[in-house]
Amino acid sequence: MRAFLVFFLFSCLGFAFLVPSSLGFQSDELLLDDEEFGLEGGRSPESFRIRSQPSGPQSARRRSSDFGGGGGSDSDSKIQFSLEHAFGDSDFSPAGAFSARLKTSSHGAQTLTKLRFSRNAFTEAEKEKFEKLLQGDDFYRIRLPSNVVSPPGREYIISAVKARCLPREAMDEHFVIHMDGVNILAVNYGSPGACQYPRQLKLPGKWSFNSHTILKNTEQAPRAPVFSEEILGGEEGEGEGVKPVERSFWAKYWMYLIPLGLIVMNAVTQALNMPEEQATGQPGSQGPATAAVQRGPPTAVRRR
Amino acid sequence: MAMATRVFLLLFLVLISSPSPSNSLYEDQVGLMDWHQQYIGKVKHAVFHTQKAGRKRVVVSTEENVIASLDLRRGDIFWRHVLGPNDAVDEIDIALGKYVITLSSEGSILRAWNLPDGQMVWESFLQGPKPSKSLLSVSANLKIDKDNVIFVFGKGCLHAVSSIDGEVLWKKDFADESLEVQQIIHPLGSDMIYAVGFVGLSQLDAYQINVRNGEVLKHRSAAFPGGFCGEVSLVSSDTLVALDATRSSLISISFLDGEISLQQTHISNLVGDSFGMAVMLPSKLSGMLMIKIDNYMVFVRVADEGKLEVAEKINDAAAAVSDALALSEGQQAFGLVEHGGNKIHLTVKLVNDWNGDLLKESIRMDHQRGCVHKIFINSYIRTDRSHGFRALIVMEDHSLLLLQQGEIVWSREDGLASIIDVTASELPVEKEGVSVAKVEHNLFEWLKGHMLKLKGTLMLASPEDMIAIQGMRLKSSEKSKMTRDHNGFRKLLIVLTRAGKLFALHTGDGRVAWSALLHSLRNSEACAYPTGLNVYQWQVPHHHAMDENPSVLVVGRCGLGSDAPGVLSFVDTYTGKELDSLFLTHSIERIIPLSFTDSREQRLHLIIDTDHHAHLYPRTPEAIGIFQHELPNIYWYSVEAENGIIRGHALKSNCILQEGDEYCFDTRDLWSIVFPSESEKILATVTRKLNEVVHTQAKVITDQDVMYKYVSKNLLFVATVAPKATGEIGSVTPEESWLVVYLIDTVTGRIIYRMTHHGTQGPVHAVFSENWVVYHYFNLRAHRYEMSVVEIYDQSRADNKDVWKLVLGKHNLTSPVSSYSRPEVITKSQFYFFTHSVKAMAVTSTAKGITSKQLLIGTIGDQVLALDKRYLDPRRTINPSQSEREEGIIPLTDSLPIIPQSYVTHNLKVEGLRGIVTAPAKLESTTLVFAYGVDLFFTRIAPSRTYDLLTDDFSYALLLITIVALVAAIFVTWILSERKELQEKWR
Repeated sequence: MRAFLVFFLFSCLGFAFLVPSSLGFQSDELLLDDEEFGLEGGRSPESFRIRSQPSGPQSARRRSSDFGGGGGSDSDSKIQFSLEHAFGDSDFSPAGAFSARLKTSSHGAQTLTKLRFSRNAFTEAEKEKFEKLLQGDDFYRIRLPSNVVSPPGREYIISAVKARCLPREAMDEHFVIHMDGVNILAVNYGSPGACQYPRQLKLPGKWSFNSHTILKNTEQAPRAPVFSEEILGGEEGEGEGVKPVERSFWAKYWMYLIPLGLIVMNAVTQALNMPEEQATGQPGSQGPATAAVQRGPPTAVRRR
Repeated sequence: MAMATRVFLLLFLVLISSPSPSNSLYEDQVGLMDWHQQYIGKVKHAVFHTQKAGRKRVVVSTEENVIASLDLRRGDIFWRHVLGPNDAVDEIDIALGKYVITLSSEGSILRAWNLPDGQMVWESFLQGPKPSKSLLSVSANLKIDKDNVIFVFGKGCLHAVSSIDGEVLWKKDFADESLEVQQIIHPLGSDMIYAVGFVGLSQLDAYQINVRNGEVLKHRSAAFPGGFCGEVSLVSSDTLVALDATRSSLISISFLDGEISLQQTHISNLVGDSFGMAVMLPSKLSGMLMIKIDNYMVFVRVADEGKLEVAEKINDAAAAVSDALALSEGQQAFGLVEHGGNKIHLTVKLVNDWNGDLLKESIRMDHQRGCVHKIFINSYIRTDRSHGFRALIVMEDHSLLLLQQGEIVWSREDGLASIIDVTASELPVEKEGVSVAKVEHNLFEWLKGHMLKLKGTLMLASPEDMIAIQGMRLKSSEKSKMTRDHNGFRKLLIVLTRAGKLFALHTGDGRVAWSALLHSLRNSEACAYPTGLNVYQWQVPHHHAMDENPSVLVVGRCGLGSDAPGVLSFVDTYTGKELDSLFLTHSIERIIPLSFTDSREQRLHLIIDTDHHAHLYPRTPEAIGIFQHELPNIYWYSVEAENGIIRGHALKSNCILQEGDEYCFDTRDLWSIVFPSESEKILATVTRKLNEVVHTQAKVITDQDVMYKYVSKNLLFVATVAPKATGEIGSVTPEESWLVVYLIDTVTGRIIYRMTHHGTQGPVHAVFSENWVVYHYFNLRAHRYEMSVVEIYDQSRADNKDVWKLVLGKHNLTSPVSSYSRPEVITKSQFYFFTHSVKAMAVTSTAKGITSKQLLIGTIGDQVLALDKRYLDPRRTINPSQSEREEGIIPLTDSLPIIPQSYVTHNLKVEGLRGIVTAPAKLESTTLVFAYGVDLFFTRIAPSRTYDLLTDDFSYALLLITIVALVAAIFVTWILSERKELQEKWR
């Protein structure tokens, strides 16, 4: 009997703790603006194997010419700019080429779309140099022109990564190119995933590159008037918001219910105990008086 | 019955111990934990005004663009006006005996202030075609129709301005003649003025002008083939002396009746052979001029017909001379201060009689004040009807002193008006045995004090009692002790001023604990034009080096350009003694305090010079040992604001050029970000404070969910603006103006966040703390200021929410973070309108980083506003759900509230506010806040209230009484119950 009661109590408590969490709101606000790559170029995770250059640009041209046919005033032109790399403090040498469509909109704004990248394979000498970098945990540096129309523009954009971050199965690399019109602001170069520290020396399984490139343009902050309208809208809709959120009876009053349950249980146990006590104490008792009074005289009697 | 008593007492206890619900303080709490000091800055000009009524005042203008009227008796400020930062005062004078006339902004704004109360009477804007020297001439005895006329030369024009209402009477444009007026001369008693100036380099022109209408009566010019160097001194109403282009001869120019005659005298004829360059010192002594050559100061008297002769030669280049002061019967006197040992010698002489000293005094001078820079003298009539003189002197440390009767009557530490950098330092630990705490010497006094306090608490105190209580509180020696306290409220603020002086201000009452004029930052042969840059904590004794005093590193530069060689100075913060100083061979571009300390707890500092070499300090083998170990993990960045380029660097190896210098390292470029010059210009860069403490990375949000803050020390906030929009607000249309903000990882150069705000403009003020940035800018479309917040959260740790994973240890919370990993972050941003424009912004910092943060905003009204960070939460929504409300999310509003009670400066103003510095106290809830500008203000604030401290006015006596009463009650009830029980038993 008691075991059952204890179980009941625990289950009550457990339920009481569980309920509020199960009542939580589904809308997790964190995910609302989780557009990590909300960008115009879009995610273009084409990975290029070495010596696969011909297919990329050609297909791009075909597609863009289709696009140009229907595009009206917008004009496209194809541009290319080169990626250069350096091993440690060596001089920069060509390492690959980016090709893209330069879209000129009717009011003169130029944007880059359909970025393609072709990576040159490492020559033997470069492999050696790279291995040396791996040994020394040194930097592998790349650079891009800061202006894609008239390279190198004002200055080269440099980025660097510890060479040990790149090798996995093959060589994984990840470019995020921050653009502003035809200008490159910055390029973030590195491995697509994590680069554990301390960096372990690991030679790549294959000397081929898996390249991922992303073009990023700036995000626009929402305009203030829109924001204030939102607020107005919010005020209109406040009638709904004010309405108290539906909650189960249990969720609302669990803090009262648990003590109540305890009291009830206490009473029940006492009620259960009572008959036993009564059963045992009945012979000695004179009448239906309260327990305290009952217990008083016998002790006094015993003392005497 | 006993139960009831207990409950009552308990309630009573709870009532009196609960903290006051308001964030603000009561009137009688002002000054308990804050202090406010008013300064004026280094005095440039002083005009004495001795009213017959006996209210002695001096009106001064300073280098902080302050005009103030000071009490000559005590040095207090009667009134004060702080002009804007771009409104430098050129000259001041007194007109009509009741107006202070100031000429400011390079001769374009003329203002008159009422002398007794400082009210502005009138203001005139004087326009002119081109910038030029500005001159102000107020002549007391020139009356035109009962009006005193003020002559102003500024912006290439000569203006005659009425002193009654500031109306421009006439204007003569000299820009066409390209005349650079040097002097405006008004001969006594005539109604014409002379404007004398140079045309080009070698021609001198004199114009005789009618005062009434500005008509040119005569124009004479004379050419001097040798050319002038531009330095001119007026010696009498018809004679000028100029220095020629080679600075080797003096030309005396007399223009009697409009005719110009020149006479050349070689300086070598006057002073003998010398090799130095002659410099003419500006002076207003009639019949005399001063030149400085080599280390001498030469007084040259102009005799009749332009003859020059040496009156005196002083072997003290740092001597200071006052302007001439007219005494009675046409005599003129001037003051001269020379230095000798630890004394200064003040002499007042008659201009035309060199040997007749009117006054000769020697005054002991604290050598921490340096030498005298300026002297202004004033005369008064002594009780014996002779002339007495008082001198106002400006010292090298910018302090202002009044000398009279061979004593320093008062002094003002006005160097504190130009603070460059601040750092907080601990006070010494209280030594055991030597009890600094005074034992309450008198029991009666003690009892009386507590009775008063009790009366105050029970609201029975009369107003006189209240004053007494207030005085007791303010006087309590507890807060101004020179030892560390348990709560960490008592600290020293080490302050570096522009004069190169270091002050230690006690946070308890704001007094100067010590001050030191740093020898390495004084103008000397080794170091010309020294400028102080920063103060860093050099040695903070912590674990091993407890018995050493902490010290600070003062970094300066010898010279004006950024490529000038640097100078380091190490100062003990307990005593103010300069421990060591180093004149560096390299320049200082950037100083990076590293996170390593050596065995003496000296922090390693890396100094980057303009050639991108890194130099390690301290230069000890131990330091190099520590440093070599961490060499591959040290990165830094440099911002080239002019070019719009940010570069990242890493260290390579020891310098190749300086062979053998193992403390010098070569660096290499790792990454660069090039902002397109046609669309973006760097406006502001902000990083996190290096010593900031973050309590936890996790942030528990609604539904027991956890978000992980992206806490990285290597984040840089950059704001760029359209190049067109760098001007003032409103100079561009919203369409051609935008602001782009970036968050950049400075190790890899990775842009983590990038956002464009269209139609907005700078100036941008930003503050970076933990994982958030708040920045302030102007929205041109909404015609309002805005504040934006960006918070960054780490997603790579987001899947550690599972309790089982944590229990089983399958989490990545302890794995090291590498900047080379691609960060999985999400950013949240929101923006709000804000009413004020901002002068400075800071954030509170506490010892453990648990207490919620407040933004401290220095408003345009020179006050400091504390704004809860909760208002700038990007997760605010219009209708927060119940659970969000429970979390403390405030419903979204479009503008940030300004609650009048949340001004930490109360009703005080920190004039000319430039910066806000926060330092954590030892008590977690409390932050020390120091705001500086022309004024200083210090207070301590508790962003989440003092949850870990009883209030100051908590009555311990009452608590004791309550406890005693409780104990007594327990005994009484115990006895009562015993007795009752006994009775029960006997029944």
